Amino acid sequence: MKKLVYLLGILLLVFMVSGCSKDKGEVEAKKPDAGIIKLGVAGAYSGDLASYGLPSANAARLVVDQINKKGGVNGKQVVILQEDDVCKPEVATNVAIKLVSAKTDAIMGHICSGATKAAINIYKDANIVVISPSATNVDLTKSGKYPNFFRTISPDDAQAMMQVNFVMNKLKLNTVAIIHDKGDYGKGLAEFARDGFKEAGASVVLFEGVTPGAVDYSAVVQKIRHSGAQVVIFGGYHPEASKIVSQMRKVGMDIPFISDDGVRDNTFIKVAGKYAEGVYATGPIDTTQSPEAQAAIKLHKEVYGEEPGAFYLNAYAATECLLNAIEKAGSTDYDAVTKALRTEWVNTPLGKVSFDERGDAKGIGFSIYQVVDGVYVPVK
Amino acid sequence: MEYFFQLFLGGLTRGSIYALIALGYTMVYGIIQLINFAHGEIYMIGAFTALIAASILSLLGFSGISLLVLASLVAIVYSSAYGYTIEKIAYKPLRKAPRLAPLISAIGMSIFLQNYVLIAQTSDFLSFPTLIPDFSFMEPYKNIMRSSELVIVLTTAAVMVALTLFIRYTSMGKAMRATSQDQTMAKLLGVNVDRVVSVTFIIGSSLAALGGILISSHIGQINFYIGFIVGIKAFTAAVLGGIGSIPGAVLGGLILGWTESFATGYVSSDYEDVFAFCLLVLILIFRPAGILGRSSSEKV
Repeated sequence: MKKLVYLLGILLLVFMVSGCSKDKGEVEAKKPDAGIIKLGVAGAYSGDLASYGLPSANAARLVVDQINKKGGVNGKQVVILQEDDVCKPEVATNVAIKLVSAKTDAIMGHICSGATKAAINIYKDANIVVISPSATNVDLTKSGKYPNFFRTISPDDAQAMMQVNFVMNKLKLNTVAIIHDKGDYGKGLAEFARDGFKEAGASVVLFEGVTPGAVDYSAVVQKIRHSGAQVVIFGGYHPEASKIVSQMRKVGMDIPFISDDGVRDNTFIKVAGKYAEGVYATGPIDTTQSPEAQAAIKLHKEVYGEEPGAFYLNAYAATECLLNAIEKAGSTDYDAVTKALRTEWVNTPLGKVSFDERGDAKGIGFSIYQVVDGVYVPVK
Repeated sequence: MEYFFQLFLGGLTRGSIYALIALGYTMVYGIIQLINFAHGEIYMIGAFTALIAASILSLLGFSGISLLVLASLVAIVYSSAYGYTIEKIAYKPLRKAPRLAPLISAIGMSIFLQNYVLIAQTSDFLSFPTLIPDFSFMEPYKNIMRSSELVIVLTTAAVMVALTLFIRYTSMGKAMRATSQDQTMAKLLGVNVDRVVSVTFIIGSSLAALGGILISSHIGQINFYIGFIVGIKAFTAAVLGGIGSIPGAVLGGLILGWTESFATGYVSSDYEDVFAFCLLVLILIFRPAGILGRSSSEKV
């Protein structure tokens, strides 16, 4: 009996494997056709990070199906070449070589920053446009080394840059104290903010980590006062933020306090109470209620019968932007497509999206919120 | 100079906070040589009780000093009951056991109480009302010291003096000293050791609860985990000053508070704990029993 179960299991596995290869066979068969556009879709579709990749593959398929039904892009049908990089850099380079040799016209992917960084040079040498829904590594755009790279997600430093811009241009202050909680998240943001402020010409008079959970922060607060800072930037979560801001206010320091989306939480307001008033925090712009996003989510539920997963809307937007750029460019010519990506505004589930010179999306990302009468409201 | 003064006062407050909790550690250790790791949790329970009591009392129309005093009384009584019960359940049956057994029992009690509050209350941070009112005579000095800080410093000083007098001049104090010197001998001379130990736990727990109320009111937020860090720091203070010694606990707390405050102010808050614990190691190298501790040969 046990053997029979094993046998069945093995048979099932064999069928699954052959099922997969059959899928690819179909794609290969269509390759010689000149009247198609080949969209490479690469990311993690198996392994422990598959949940990050599969929703974006679904998104690409849904967008492509819709466009193909309407007659395709410039009269050409779009074909998806899907490749799995398991989020591993070494696999990603193989995937990239495979997609380049299959003469792919554009890539929607990869998912993980590490894999994207490994693959991007291969695409760059082959003049292929890459648009990632989820790779947040700062270098990908900021280094300027990858003119073929675009993304529909904010880079890791976006919040920090938002804070820098806000302080320099809106509040018009240039002496800052930066405090963080020594954690990956808080310290990372604080370091980006420090670099951003230095680049923008502000003076960072204090850059320090505090111990989370410490009994009180009066020494740090006195140090901030002593440093002569006009504004405090805090990278970390709400328990420390509320302690620090309360102690600041209690000793009569009312300089602006600006934090991140770890603080843009209602618990912060509840705990800090009246001391939360006037505190600024950056947080992602929520677009899931827009009609485009609702339509995209509904489509996913109809086709796949479940709620979409991570980066679904980002990938949906990425595919839309990419195909729109190819359509506007009139061909899959590299220069024309990148130009169209940088100039065209596309209505996507993430809002109206275009791309800047570096390849970061304009119109998506973070905005600044402020506590007014006990609620966070976006700052105009 | 003003900056130095601010850091000095900040360190004084922080040190008094540690000292208030350290007194409980040091008393229990002095009597039964047990490191009561659940002490930080009593502090946390005291804060939670005060929060609940204060919410109810303010609904009944109390405010200001009467609210502070009543809420503190409720919290102190409730926490003392906890301290008494913990001793009866977790430590008394192990009094004859090897010394590691009650230590593990104490750690277990600490984890149990943390999780109990986590489940019974919430894992979220809660806002703690400012029970200590802002005195108007402190208004001009609020940039160097706040009313709540003044109250904490004065309370710690008062508690230290009262405890010292209590141990030196009352019959219960005499019984405590006898028990700490030699339990068997004290018993033979008619000291009710069980009662002495219970009273010690009740006093220690009351102090922890008092600390919980004052400090939470000063900081403005609590959650189930606040007892842990305070407990570790207070324990360090008690060891620094010489565990078992009452003025030692206060001195240790103050030294720890000042070290942290000045390390933050003049070096970097990144290294606050590094400095504090380096100092601990240094002092223990030169005075293994702590600053005011008496090194005594092992009793056989």
